[in-house]
Amino acid sequence: MSATTEAKPWDRLKMAERVARDIPEGWYVNLGIGMPTTVADYVPLDREVIFHSENGVLGIGPRPPEAERDPWLINAGKQHVTLRPGGSFVHHADSFAMIRGGHLDLCVLGAFEVAENGDIANWATSENDTAPAVGGAMDLAAGAKRLWVIMDHTTKDGRPKLVHRCGYPLTAVGAVKRVYTNLGVFDVTERGFTVIDMAPGVDAAMLKARTAAELHFQA
Amino acid sequence: MINKIVQTMADALAGARDGMTVLLGGFGAVGQPSVLVEALIETGVRDLVVVANNAGGGKGGLAGLMEAGRVRKIICSFPRSANSTIFEELYRAGRIELEIVPQGTMAERIRAAGAGVGAFFTPTGVGTKMAEGKEVRDINGRTMILEHALRGDFALVEAWQADRWGNLTYRRSGRNFNPVMAMAADTTIVQSQHIVDLGGLDPEHIVTPGIFVDRVVHVPYGDPPF
Repeated sequence: MSATTEAKPWDRLKMAERVARDIPEGWYVNLGIGMPTTVADYVPLDREVIFHSENGVLGIGPRPPEAERDPWLINAGKQHVTLRPGGSFVHHADSFAMIRGGHLDLCVLGAFEVAENGDIANWATSENDTAPAVGGAMDLAAGAKRLWVIMDHTTKDGRPKLVHRCGYPLTAVGAVKRVYTNLGVFDVTERGFTVIDMAPGVDAAMLKARTAAELHFQA
Repeated sequence: MINKIVQTMADALAGARDGMTVLLGGFGAVGQPSVLVEALIETGVRDLVVVANNAGGGKGGLAGLMEAGRVRKIICSFPRSANSTIFEELYRAGRIELEIVPQGTMAERIRAAGAGVGAFFTPTGVGTKMAEGKEVRDINGRTMILEHALRGDFALVEAWQADRWGNLTYRRSGRNFNPVMAMAADTTIVQSQHIVDLGGLDPEHIVTPGIFVDRVVHVPYGDPPF
């Protein structure tokens, strides 16, 4: 048996599953557009987690089969969804009162970069010449009790996304509490990024080589 | 007898004028007052400032209004979508102004206008580009920025049911910005899928009371497009 095992980064489904494992019953949770939305698929229905969407839906249930889609019921990503028994509808100002008022236990967003001081950049890139689109990300990042990020550890061309300070325009300052990547799970603490889990076969050297910030390891 | 129900689109949009600010309900394709927007194109008004969450998709509705060159500026949170090609062409050509507002700040600015609040402090956008040029204050230990109320000359709203007093209900996620915008304009105009007799709506279920509504037009549009 070799000392170095082959690294097996989590794929996107495994990442979503890893996030879902950490969400306890009773939390009110907003999931961002894209990869964060898939987290809900891994929270079993008998663990009652109440999912919120910016467009005024509280208590989102499983995705409907195509034939049963309700044209009047969408989430913030404009995907058709269902409403669980006990769910409710509110208007946009009340929906964001839930967000900004600190009533959500958790928001999970994607990101371009997360810095070791908890800053997040996820809405615009400097090389992007199309119109910027912020949606509800700034309200969610500033308002939820906890902000977790789910994202690949590096860009497609290998640049680290966990950084000392963000280079892209910020979404919020000091907001991120935890980051889930394909390589590991990182708490944002006073000291910076602390590694709390690693994908199978991933080791400290590999993480350090792919991260542009200091990493702390639990004893 | 109060009767806010009007029979024609011309009556519904009477008083539309160049340069006015129009609040447009809807989120994605759901809850959009798209027939009123088509009628607004027919009035020929131009130089409009439009407040809407999205910058219009496809060809109809808001996209059509922009394509006809009637919109000077759009205030929205999320202009980008899979089929927002008309907006993107105009934006790249420098033919439309864009003010990006965080979605919750946009909803609250509109709500504030409807509630007679001139401005408010919010933590949303602190330390970002959104804070540039805005007053900053520490309130209860938290840094916040000042955001001003956002009012419309017209609000165009889609409802599920309406009565002749202008009491409204909405359908599922079709509610979105509609009730907030209905509060925040000099003239609020509703296209409603159903018209019911006065007293036909359970008072416990009315979402927008008629005090916020000026005109209602019956538009049995059907389901939003998939």
